[in-house]
Amino acid sequence: MTWEIVIGLEVHSQLSTNTKIFSGASTAFGAEPNTQADAVSLALPGVLPVLNKGAVERAIKFGIATGAHIAPRSVFARKNYFYPDLPKGYQISQFDLPVVGNGQLVIQVPAQGKQPAYEKTVRITRAHLEEDAGKSLHEDFHGMTGIDLNRAGTPLLEIVSEPDMRSAAEAVAYAKALHTLVQWIGICDGNMQEGSFRCDVNVSVRKPGQPLGTRREIKNLNSFKFMQQAIDYEVQWQIDTIENGGTIQQATILFNPDTGETRAMRSKEDAHDYRYFPDPDLLPLEISEEWKQQIAATLPELPHTKQARYQEQGLSAYDASVLTSARALADFFEATLDEAPGQIKLCANWLIGEVSAQLNRDGLDIAQCPISAQQLGGLLKRIADNTVSNSGAKEVFRTMWTEGGDADALIEAKGLKQVSDTGAIEKIVDEILAANADKVAEYRSGKDKLFGFFVGQAMKASQGKANPAQLNEILKQKLAG
Amino acid sequence: MLESSLQQLGAALRAKKISSVELTQLYLDRMARLNPRLNAYITLNPEISLAQAKAADARLAAGTAEPLTGIPVAQKDIFCAKDWLTTCGSKMLHNFVSPYDAHIISQFNNAGAVNLGKTNMDEFAMGSSNETSHYGPVKNPWDTQRVPGGSSGGTASAVAARLCAAATGTDTGGSIRQPAALCGISGLKPTYGVCSRYGMIAFASSLDQAGPMGRSAEDLALMMNVMAGFDERDSTSLQRDNEDYTRDLNKPLTGLRIGLPKEFFAEGMGSDVAKAIEAAIAEYKKLGATIVDISLPNSKLSVPVYYVLAPAEASSNLSRFDGVRYGYRAPEYGDLADMYEKSRAQGFGAEVKRRIMIGTYVLSHGYYDAYYIKAQKIRRLIAQDFVEAYKHCDVIMGPTSPSTAFKLGEKGDDPVQMYLSDIYTIAVNLAGLPGMSIPCGFGDNNMPVGLQIIGNYFDEARMLNVAHQYQLATDWHSRAPQGL
Repeated sequence: MTWEIVIGLEVHSQLSTNTKIFSGASTAFGAEPNTQADAVSLALPGVLPVLNKGAVERAIKFGIATGAHIAPRSVFARKNYFYPDLPKGYQISQFDLPVVGNGQLVIQVPAQGKQPAYEKTVRITRAHLEEDAGKSLHEDFHGMTGIDLNRAGTPLLEIVSEPDMRSAAEAVAYAKALHTLVQWIGICDGNMQEGSFRCDVNVSVRKPGQPLGTRREIKNLNSFKFMQQAIDYEVQWQIDTIENGGTIQQATILFNPDTGETRAMRSKEDAHDYRYFPDPDLLPLEISEEWKQQIAATLPELPHTKQARYQEQGLSAYDASVLTSARALADFFEATLDEAPGQIKLCANWLIGEVSAQLNRDGLDIAQCPISAQQLGGLLKRIADNTVSNSGAKEVFRTMWTEGGDADALIEAKGLKQVSDTGAIEKIVDEILAANADKVAEYRSGKDKLFGFFVGQAMKASQGKANPAQLNEILKQKLAG
Repeated sequence: MLESSLQQLGAALRAKKISSVELTQLYLDRMARLNPRLNAYITLNPEISLAQAKAADARLAAGTAEPLTGIPVAQKDIFCAKDWLTTCGSKMLHNFVSPYDAHIISQFNNAGAVNLGKTNMDEFAMGSSNETSHYGPVKNPWDTQRVPGGSSGGTASAVAARLCAAATGTDTGGSIRQPAALCGISGLKPTYGVCSRYGMIAFASSLDQAGPMGRSAEDLALMMNVMAGFDERDSTSLQRDNEDYTRDLNKPLTGLRIGLPKEFFAEGMGSDVAKAIEAAIAEYKKLGATIVDISLPNSKLSVPVYYVLAPAEASSNLSRFDGVRYGYRAPEYGDLADMYEKSRAQGFGAEVKRRIMIGTYVLSHGYYDAYYIKAQKIRRLIAQDFVEAYKHCDVIMGPTSPSTAFKLGEKGDDPVQMYLSDIYTIAVNLAGLPGMSIPCGFGDNNMPVGLQIIGNYFDEARMLNVAHQYQLATDWHSRAPQGL
């Protein structure tokens, strides 16, 4: 009997406020150590926290975007433990009354081998606001530890999922969808290298139908690739351990990307008693219906809604999901479509095809695309109205990419304008048919293959500029006699 | 000059009868003579004090003086004051020079008051006798063998001994009112949220409140005008219009309904204290007040509830004192855990450690519901008792402390006995109500007795009026300790 894998995620998403969650100190990344540590970040005697409204607004946005319950009243609690980079000796977090509860996220799990792609809904248990800790620096201090409190007090939204995922692929798809969403709604910059989006993955295995197995928590994964590797390794380790007669002990573990292995950091016995209690320095957080509605009005169309709309408008599920994988891409797509109205498939094909390929080749992302959506749309519009052929358009596109320019001017300059004048094409066709009366007779007696010959001849005569669709049409008519 | 009210001092300064520098020097000289015996101050900084006095004189000359401009005020060492050593009575902060001003300090600075020095206090405000200070016990100026009360004992002693014109205190469970009573001065703990806690080193955040201590209700009113007010840096600060706390001082007390809780007049109160309180009530009747018998049935639970909640908050509030960034760090240690353990073991005194342990215990997994949650529920019941009582009366009166000042060392070995000295004051903090203490006579050992006046929320102006009218009719508040 096979094993079932059970995975739940806790994601720390750094909220994109300019200042810290409980003070006016800057949250900018990369400053000299402790230059962004104000009196509150240093936890000087007597200082008090004051909640940053911007952080709350971002949490509300997330709640709305995941269809969650937004608590009209939530409470900040102190999580007490000692660590040098935790200056107050407690972290201000939320415990039994979080700001967001009971949401969900629809994810697209890509095809793997024989298994086709599928959609799945992952439940989000809760999301709560809390402050980040500082950093302990263990290198360069000759056996001592340096403390940098720049990051202390940076606002985080900790997003906790239900243990709904059943494979590493689902876990990664969920993490990616969440990563897309937080950037999409503008609450997090998503920069994983800088730690703006950190994942803890809870993994357990069981026989199908059995109760949940004991979980181990892989801490602080900051890339999707490592997440996949860490889960694969951990799952195998747990299965091997059980099959060899062992049992799994609840533990916090770390993934080492160099060895590809996981390693226990602390066991349940070492777990802290955090002595949570409501922070008496902060009033309960109250969110009115009105505030919620104001924020809801600022939310953009969400990726899943957009994807469904694209599909209704005729795109494949795959194309729709690719185009909604990032807000910038979807925005570019829609701006392109504005220029070439009604050409949704054409725009999708070009964006996913030519544009993505060029971006890849140049190592750029969509925000850095040298061609604007207006330029691209202007070109696609000319394909649509038969001004330029697809191959002609590709030539224009390449020039546009390197040298810039407007589609119409480039088509003109390159002499790529198609002949779409019915009269002119008829004239060419008439001439070709007259000059090849024998072949016309053969065709009419059943030699269908000759059709290509006539197309070739006519194209040649038009110097390649005849609109192929029109040409085909006219040829068919005339050959039919 | 030493017996002048703040109002009189202000008038003298504005009339150029004396300069702020002269007045400040007068106090500094007196402090130099008397403080070694009383130990009321931890830190003096004459250079800063005189510089502030000089600046005040310039303001007085320029005609931009406010009521407290140029008046020397002492600050409890719980308030962070820029460039001042701020110890909170602890070895843990023996070297902490604050880089910033507490809101209360800024308010006094803006008003042009002179910071005369930082007064002694129980370590982290935990104590009722000022014996837990790392900087030695404070002596009661009425009898230097006796305690001044606590935790604002340094302030109470300094005000009573005329070592400052007035001073600040803080009150978590009675720390303004009880030392005020024991030293024969007046003290007011405002409604929770009226004075900003920003820069006031936290003991129990949901209970801590700053307030004035002085020689009369009138002085307290002028101090309140400086101290009270909204501060956006304290999320529990109340957004209210500023008020003039002197506005009602001269209203007659005719028709005032005084509630006497039967629980405050039951066993436990010294007979000498009872006598003084009864005389004070009789005086109020003469002033036109009527007496209403009331009950605060849950007030008997105040002490146990307080000794769950206050230590719980304190255990967390004091976690920041870890030897990492500032304050005391053990000179020798092994690893990180050892550094924490040694720094905190050596930096905190016994009472602070006891409360950290109690607080840690009641917040621990498996005990939290039974202690912390239960105590919070009772806290609400205690507050509800007052809401009920104020349907029948305007102010509540009773003793501030069950006894007059006890001898140094007398209760040192028995924390529970010490805790019980706050039995009448704690319920007020749990309810968030304003409370004050004014002198109302002397007990068996010729030690002062304090009358507690408890008001409804935001009723400080009325309480000051009630106290002031009594002080117009009696002279207990103007008695000064002799023979210092």
